[in-house]
Amino acid sequence: METLRVTLKETWHFYRKTLILVAKGSNAYYAWCFLLLAFIAAGVLFYLKQHDVGLLATNMNDQVSWGLYIANFTYLVGAAAAAVLLVIPSYIYHFKPIKEIVILGELFAASSVIMAILFVMVDLGRLDRFWHMLPFLGKMNFPESLLAWDVLALNGYLVLNILIPVYLLVKFYYRKDPNWKFILPFILISVPWAVGIHTVTAFLYNGLPARPFWNASILAPRFLASAFCSGPAIIIIIFQIIRKVSAIKIEDEALFKIAELIAYAMFLNLFLLGSEIYKEYYSHSVHIAAFEYLFEGLHGHNLLVPWIWAAMAMNVIAFFIFLVPSTRKRLTTLNLGCLLIIVGVWIEKGPGFVIPGFVPDPLGEIHEYIPNLLELMVSFGIWALGLLIFTFLMKVAIPIVTGEFTHTEYEKEVTALRHR
Amino acid sequence: MRDKHYTRREFIRNLSLTAIAGLSIPLFSACTKEEAEDFLQKHFLEMTEKEKKRLIAKLEERYQQKYGRKFQISTKEAQQDTLWGYGLELSRCIGCRRCVYACVKENNNSRYKRQLQWIRVLRLKRGNLINLENSEHYYDPEIVPEKGFIYLPVQCQQCQDPPCVKVCPVHATWQEPDGIVVVDYNWCVGCRYCIAACPYKGRVFNWGEPNIPPEELNTSVHYLGNRPRMKCAVEKCTFCIQRVRSGRYPACVEACPTGARKFGNLLDPKSEIRYIIENKRVFRLKEDLNTDSKFYYFFEG
Amino acid sequence: MKKTIFVFGLIFLSVVCFVSFVIGANQEFPVSPPPITEGMFPCSNCHASMEVNRKKRELKDEHSDIKLHHAETMRWCLDCHDARNRDKLRLYNGEVINFTEGYRLCGECHGNVYKAWRAGIHGKRTGYFAGPGKRTYFLCAHCHDPHEPKFKPIKPEPPPFRPTEAENAR
Repeated sequence: METLRVTLKETWHFYRKTLILVAKGSNAYYAWCFLLLAFIAAGVLFYLKQHDVGLLATNMNDQVSWGLYIANFTYLVGAAAAAVLLVIPSYIYHFKPIKEIVILGELFAASSVIMAILFVMVDLGRLDRFWHMLPFLGKMNFPESLLAWDVLALNGYLVLNILIPVYLLVKFYYRKDPNWKFILPFILISVPWAVGIHTVTAFLYNGLPARPFWNASILAPRFLASAFCSGPAIIIIIFQIIRKVSAIKIEDEALFKIAELIAYAMFLNLFLLGSEIYKEYYSHSVHIAAFEYLFEGLHGHNLLVPWIWAAMAMNVIAFFIFLVPSTRKRLTTLNLGCLLIIVGVWIEKGPGFVIPGFVPDPLGEIHEYIPNLLELMVSFGIWALGLLIFTFLMKVAIPIVTGEFTHTEYEKEVTALRHR
Repeated sequence: MRDKHYTRREFIRNLSLTAIAGLSIPLFSACTKEEAEDFLQKHFLEMTEKEKKRLIAKLEERYQQKYGRKFQISTKEAQQDTLWGYGLELSRCIGCRRCVYACVKENNNSRYKRQLQWIRVLRLKRGNLINLENSEHYYDPEIVPEKGFIYLPVQCQQCQDPPCVKVCPVHATWQEPDGIVVVDYNWCVGCRYCIAACPYKGRVFNWGEPNIPPEELNTSVHYLGNRPRMKCAVEKCTFCIQRVRSGRYPACVEACPTGARKFGNLLDPKSEIRYIIENKRVFRLKEDLNTDSKFYYFFEG
Repeated sequence: MKKTIFVFGLIFLSVVCFVSFVIGANQEFPVSPPPITEGMFPCSNCHASMEVNRKKRELKDEHSDIKLHHAETMRWCLDCHDARNRDKLRLYNGEVINFTEGYRLCGECHGNVYKAWRAGIHGKRTGYFAGPGKRTYFLCAHCHDPHEPKFKPIKPEPPPFRPTEAENAR
């Protein structure tokens, strides 16, 4: 009974302290948080409108039945996968702050997966029937439906990416050594699981013979290659912010190594893209129509053409920035390269992937799609929510990892109280 | 110093909690009464006879209240030894779209605003049949048929190996024993994966609440077929399940002025559709996708 | 003995063939009533008292609204309508049939279509194709005007709304 009371008191103290950590910060931090909260509030209001009217409030239609939401979902699953995949090279290349990278990377992956799941949820026409998708409670079509696999894979990944960091953080908080025998299998399994979630997302598109643009075997490798470009690029930027606002030391060498890996991944991505383009343009079957729509415009419809060419330019420029050591090892060009890759891969994997699958549609119709304000605001809201969650997680995790926020503080307080 | 932090922390905490609570109330109250009633409804295939009867009674009462008309909702099951097949004589289709609108009327499709049509008639230039990229869907001449063109109506092909059934994450769509692919509108979550998977654009989505004037409703409906649907549920041609299970022709067959459409039981050797398959040269759309469609097109003369 | 059996067998077979031919030919389909203009039937009301003029000519006094666009260079009215009994139609061998069996007449020239119609894959059938309900077959004349059988082009129903059109918005 006494130990239970003590444990409860300790836990309550822990939560109080985390709230203080989250609520206290610099002015820049407050500005960031309020900006994100504003976007979230706007997103919720717009979503209520969509919930009321139905998906009619978006710009999707029978011909292009998936739009901005699913585009963002695809991109975010890739980012989530790549964040964890970074663990392997960190381990191989003996990065000093390896445990920080593991924890922060997994927390970023968790925020990404939450965003991805939210994007799917706002895309559902009948969110009130969400429980139909749950195993045992609902009637999940496993193993035939890839969406069912995706639900299991993403939620399992989320559980993993909450379990591992929380376990490690709690152990660090109590200044105890983690039981590696217990946690290492989870860390090890999270790496193939990361590959798994993105493969399942790729197979979701891949298994549809009705959409020849997606029905290419090269899809899963391309997804992984482009994920391995965008995810680490986001991580590089995040690490730079983290080492500026906290005591965590992340050496430049680590960042440059990650950038080198991005270069190889981007090469693979470009090579796979080149293979697809060769196959379509040389064989010149009817299925070239979607590629023509994307890269050239089809029958006068060419909304996506400037976007995809911009994305191609960004990808190629970023590839060279990361390849050439002098540009890679200079922080300004490195950050430029990261930004280019993040945006370029988003265009290529988001709208540049989802929309051409629907143009032309199976009966040859061509309908272009632009997201409307409601879709944009809801998407911004979800991105803001993910970023806010990640910010709050960082606000708590970093002090624990650096040793500022530990249980010894509490013990000191208690002993000080007792001695008064 | 301590007090200042306390006040600021308290303030931010209270503000955040109020915001979350405030925003979730409209979210929860945005669910309509219907949605709340149907929330725990089971999947149609898992219901017992009693539960089905109760469901039908509830729906009939709801339709009475909503539209002021008395509906007869059937849950008639598939007949034995039946596999419905469809034949369409392309040489006789003149592209008049009477079938499209007969289907809309028979099946209580949303119309006027947010038009939903289950049949789509394509116009193709003579010399071109398989590449549908050059088809025209929105032709609107003074009279049909136009010289130099042929017309190809497309609807759900009721495939024997349906890609839409494969991809539905919740089993909201399945193939009945008599070959018709049906949707439980109350179970569909609206993810639209089936629409992406269908090679024939047979499935359409209720993006908003359907819009049918109550006087134009067809009140003899089937639960899995043409009963009035709700927003954000997928729907498609069901070979007029409410008609064919009693032995009547689908509405499109009866509406065609040139008699281009034929229907029957593929397992009955004396049926019209079997005669067509055995004596005419039939083909199915996109046969290379191996969907084993039951919609046979043929030409004569 | 063998010869007798052979002769009897031959007679028997021919009787069977003839009978079945007659039966097959007289197989009635449950058709809807033939689409004859109001007040025109029975034709014998007027024609019983009229003289028969077998000369191929263009009709000017009556039936001038009927323009024959159906093998008009090779045939004319009395090739299909029986000259002596205008309430009946006339087959090529002189046999007279009712209007309700008009398909036999059309089938003489349009044999392939007749075969298809008998199997149910030409023309229309409505109602119940299975089960106890009533089924209705349509005569040739229900869709094809026998004097001008080619279908006239008709105005199509409106095209579907494009997804971006205002009518499909909220």
